[in-house]
Amino acid sequence: MLPGLTWLLVFQCLGEVLVRVTGLPVPGPVVGMLLLFVALRVRRAAPQPLTLAADGLLKHLSLLFVPAGVGVMLHVGRLVDEWVPILVALVVSTALAIAATALTMRALIRWRGGR
Amino acid sequence: MNAQPFTEIWVYLAATPLLGLTLTLVAYQAGYWLYAKAGFQPLANPVLIAVAIVVAALTLTGTAYRTYFDGAQFVHFLLGPAVVALAVPLARQWDSVKALAWPLAGALAAGSLIALASAVGLAWILGASAATLLSLAPKSVTAPIAMGIAEKIGGLPALAAVLAVTTGVIGAALGKYVLDACRIGDWRVRGFALGVAAHGIGTARAFQVNAEAGAFAGLAFGLHGALAAVAFPLAYWALVHLR
Repeated sequence: MLPGLTWLLVFQCLGEVLVRVTGLPVPGPVVGMLLLFVALRVRRAAPQPLTLAADGLLKHLSLLFVPAGVGVMLHVGRLVDEWVPILVALVVSTALAIAATALTMRALIRWRGGR
Repeated sequence: MNAQPFTEIWVYLAATPLLGLTLTLVAYQAGYWLYAKAGFQPLANPVLIAVAIVVAALTLTGTAYRTYFDGAQFVHFLLGPAVVALAVPLARQWDSVKALAWPLAGALAAGSLIALASAVGLAWILGASAATLLSLAPKSVTAPIAMGIAEKIGGLPALAAVLAVTTGVIGAALGKYVLDACRIGDWRVRGFALGVAAHGIGTARAFQVNAEAGAFAGLAFGLHGALAAVAFPLAYWALVHLR
């Protein structure tokens, strides 16, 4: 687990450095993910400690969003004032986005398969 | 032996990061326990339950968010390594991902555009303020990236994070019903749609349901974050400067 976590942090650091050196407008961790992905494809198989750390972290991914969610406390006033537009926008657009993504993907898979 | 009065112990605990960190983990464990008790029913989302418990505890004890975050930041920090970790399931599923490159790109573009346009459009029609609209724009992108985007386009980063987390909870809760209504049975499609619309929280839900769905959700979550981080500020810049 520990060597795996170390590798994740090393790749995140590499990503952050690359973003700052090149001035790319992409978040560092995303670049870190792409670099790790390339490394894993070159190596062919992921080392076991890395798999262990990654799966462990992703298994409880939702835990990591709790502190940001509690930030709701800071915006109670705005959320009370604008709760109708915010709630409608979030619920409807999330449902629409799920449907649009799924239906587009299925249509494109069928279209390619049909040729 | 001199026992400290409770108020002194409280003053000590409230000043260390220990309390915020412990509260976050205990609340999440409670949320996850209830989620499991409810048979992993999507409406019993563990993030929602955990946030409610923490907010209630902080309000009852009169603790400020900043004090809580001094401890909770250690959990928040792990979002970075978690994004990096997405490379592992992605590399594992690469053969099936590669075969679907074009459907995935098309679906990501459609989902991202619909999420952005419908959220901002609906809130605008219903009279939301400009700061709310700009904080709402990146709501389908994972919280840390949404905060960065909101900052670049003039929204409120902390509000953007809350709206992103709320979107994730809504997507994880409603996803099953929307996908069933659309008659989508393919786990790859179900996972990818959850990842695009509901980022990491949707991905967490997908991993709990099916490993293949989880890998595709993680891919969608990472790609959407990367795409939005570049495209949203550019699109906003173009909107402001080119009209």
